[in-house]
Amino acid sequence: MAQFTLRVNDETREVDVAPETPLLYVLRNELGLTATRYGCGKAQCGACMVVMDGEATPSCVVPVVAAAEQPVLTLEGLADGDRLDPLQQAFIDGQAVQCGFCITGMIMSAHALLERTPRPSRAEIKQALASNLCGCGTHRRIVRAVERAAERLSA
Amino acid sequence: MNTPTLSRRHFLQGAGALLVGFNFAGGPLALAARTVEPRAAIDKPLGTGQVDAWLAVTDDGRVIVYNGKVELGTGVETALRQIVADALAVHFDTTEIVQGDTALTPDQGYTAGSKTIQQGGARLRAAAATARGLLLAKAADRLDVASSRLVAADGEIRVDGDKSRVLRYADLIDEAGFDAPVDSGAEAPAARRFVGRSVPRVDIPDKVAGRFDYLQDLRLPDMWHARVVRPPTTGTVRTPAVASIDRDSVGKNVEIVQRGAFVAVAAATEWAAMQAADDLSVQWADLKPMPDADTPFAAFDAAAGTGRVSAEAGDVEAALGDGDDVLSAEYDWPFQIHDSIGPSCALADVREDSATIWSATQGVYPLRSALADLLDRDERAVRVIYVEGSGCYGHNGADDVAADAALVSQAIGRPVRLQWSRADEHGWAPKGPAMRMRLRARVQDGRVAAWAFENLTPSHLTRPGGGAGARNVLAGNLVHGTHASDRYVGGDRNAPVDYRFDAYRVSTRWVDVADALLRCSALRTLGAIQNSFANESFIDELAAAAERDPVAFRLDHLDDPRARAVIETVADRAGWQARVSPQRREDSAPTPRTGRGMAFARYENEFAYVAAVAEVEVSDSDGIRVRRVVVAHDCGLIVNPDGLENQIEGNVMQAVGRTLKEAVTWDRTGVTSLDWAAYPILTFPEMPEVEIALIDRPDQPATGAGEPASVPIPAAIANAVFDATGQRLRAVPLRWHGSA
Ligand code: FES
Ligand code: FES
Repeated sequence: MAQFTLRVNDETREVDVAPETPLLYVLRNELGLTATRYGCGKAQCGACMVVMDGEATPSCVVPVVAAAEQPVLTLEGLADGDRLDPLQQAFIDGQAVQCGFCITGMIMSAHALLERTPRPSRAEIKQALASNLCGCGTHRRIVRAVERAAERLSA
Repeated sequence: MNTPTLSRRHFLQGAGALLVGFNFAGGPLALAARTVEPRAAIDKPLGTGQVDAWLAVTDDGRVIVYNGKVELGTGVETALRQIVADALAVHFDTTEIVQGDTALTPDQGYTAGSKTIQQGGARLRAAAATARGLLLAKAADRLDVASSRLVAADGEIRVDGDKSRVLRYADLIDEAGFDAPVDSGAEAPAARRFVGRSVPRVDIPDKVAGRFDYLQDLRLPDMWHARVVRPPTTGTVRTPAVASIDRDSVGKNVEIVQRGAFVAVAAATEWAAMQAADDLSVQWADLKPMPDADTPFAAFDAAAGTGRVSAEAGDVEAALGDGDDVLSAEYDWPFQIHDSIGPSCALADVREDSATIWSATQGVYPLRSALADLLDRDERAVRVIYVEGSGCYGHNGADDVAADAALVSQAIGRPVRLQWSRADEHGWAPKGPAMRMRLRARVQDGRVAAWAFENLTPSHLTRPGGGAGARNVLAGNLVHGTHASDRYVGGDRNAPVDYRFDAYRVSTRWVDVADALLRCSALRTLGAIQNSFANESFIDELAAAAERDPVAFRLDHLDDPRARAVIETVADRAGWQARVSPQRREDSAPTPRTGRGMAFARYENEFAYVAAVAEVEVSDSDGIRVRRVVVAHDCGLIVNPDGLENQIEGNVMQAVGRTLKEAVTWDRTGVTSLDWAAYPILTFPEMPEVEIALIDRPDQPATGAGEPASVPIPAAIANAVFDATGQRLRAVPLRWHGSA
């Protein structure tokens, strides 16, 4: 076990865990941030996506030791108090959810995309979500929701 | 039970908090330990014949719906609340649902087969309509007016034209509840306020905000984390034995659980449990290898009996004759998995005198019977509570992992959370069966004169329940060296077609579980998608042989007006140009080649009508790409149009992936496709555009929509590839090897 200082959703958090523990399990089990989900543990599905240093990053393959001192954003950190992020609102407005298990990852990947490309083309959106899997087939609504959010954000 | 049973009044007066199952634990680890406690069990009837089994009205006017059908991420919770709101004449917002809890909800079997709205909705509507009738009668009594002068709306009953005389439902219901049987013929009011509208789904805001607790997110006080350690013959029906376990291969703070070939580890933290599962050294014995073959069909063929006929007319062999104008073809479908993005998980708290299991099962009661047998407990001492997990699309690992968790909790004497790994789910969850379909037909004077269908299929149903006990959970097989028991279900679904042929025979050769190689069970549509892939490809082959347009050829053999309507609608919306397939091209035509194909099916030959047109591009560099899919869909009365479109889109996307990409791979040791790299599914860059034409039939019963739109998609794609290239692909996943 070892002590690590994490910067998660603009808060400083201390944890005491084995250094090789993937960030995913630290977020879920030590910090109670369970919106970041386990899907594959192999950087293949995107269910565990967080934004680290501006990049959408699968937290299942990042050891906590590599995440220390870096700003980490999870889905719980996106809203401003009770005010949802425009991306979250666009997913509600477009009813872009079926079971929703993948949706955390979708929103975090899309968030990173819109930060660097505020007006992405549809092809760019699909590319940005290429490593996010959805078993329910909600793809079309997810792409539309990201388009809608981009429109609002740059309006 | 480990929770006291409250009286109904106590429960309903205490209301709110008791209905909420999830609490934050206090103390310094508050955030880290989001724990769950079972809702208080209350003294209420559970038999489906009693109104009180289904509904309760609280003092503050909320309507609690006890529902044995569960939300699997398809939006049925919202749709069922719409149905209740209209039938009971209350506002949608005052309704809430308690779902899937053997202590609280009636036994409605499984949530499966697109039956939730169709059957579950109808039963709830009858219960709610009965309740409204009882309330009206009580109000008539109380107000001393004829009930014909009373109006029920928004949870109140008033005298028509007299605003001052109003009674709230809550005023009319006392400690005794409704205390009356459900009148299955009770009619909901004709005026619809919520049914038919796109009421936004109730679960979406929390899911998007990160506030929704899936089963995977819940914790029990003092629980440990557990992982399973499986035999090396991954996913095979026949299980081996444990020769020895090296207990020193893991640390001291790890519990090792072994019963027969069931092996698991548990530890205080999840990461420690995961590492222990990796480290534990187990020697296995008596491994039973798979056959050395590329497909399972030789093994199936050797094991299956003769065909059981499910539909027949005329003398098909005589009508086929033995001339060389008999067309025949064989279509293959591989084993497939459920595409659940979150691997299965369960929580279990098994004590001396009680057991509580939290599960994403599709049937809390059937699972309870399996668990009671496995744990050797009385059923009444086992409580199964449904909590939503990742979308399951059928019988995935949800039931199995519940049994695993229960065994571990029983063995180590503390609450347990057991999470399957991705490889556990890909390898060991039940598979959608591989199937082979053989067709023969003869076309005469532009019509089908004879049609013979025979398929080869394992059963599509080895769910818990039906007296199978522990046999129909994986842990039961590992502990006792058994394999699942089955009835022959699902392999003949949509084997018959809805076309009018003078002579036909449809038969199925069933393969027993023991011979199915991999454990199989229900995957979205059961056998309908496989059988329709064959039927709707073959009718296209016949249309081509008859040199007819595929749409016109189908319509020539159909007289059901609803069937004709979906086909005509989809052709219209897709801009279908009538001509013979394949399209004629110069050899020098540029690639990619494009083509369009259509397919039609009526789900189970009885329910929703769906027709689809697929447009594809085929090239040597990129293979087959589906560019656009147009669907026309008639499932009777539409309860929630936007929710319905969401389901149709989902079916289309998943079915495109199943058609082009998904196949379980295996070798002599069992399943080898153990992650998303080895078993890829549809990705965003590959997704087609989807257009949907909904046909609403308010005068027809609402039939299910969770599966039907998958059914015609594979054949529509195969037919489009044929149209583009002249090559007929008959094995899923469709792969382009030719030259385009
Ligand atoms: S769980 Fe991290 S990418 Fe799948
Ligand atoms: S909505 Fe279920 S996995 Fe995407």
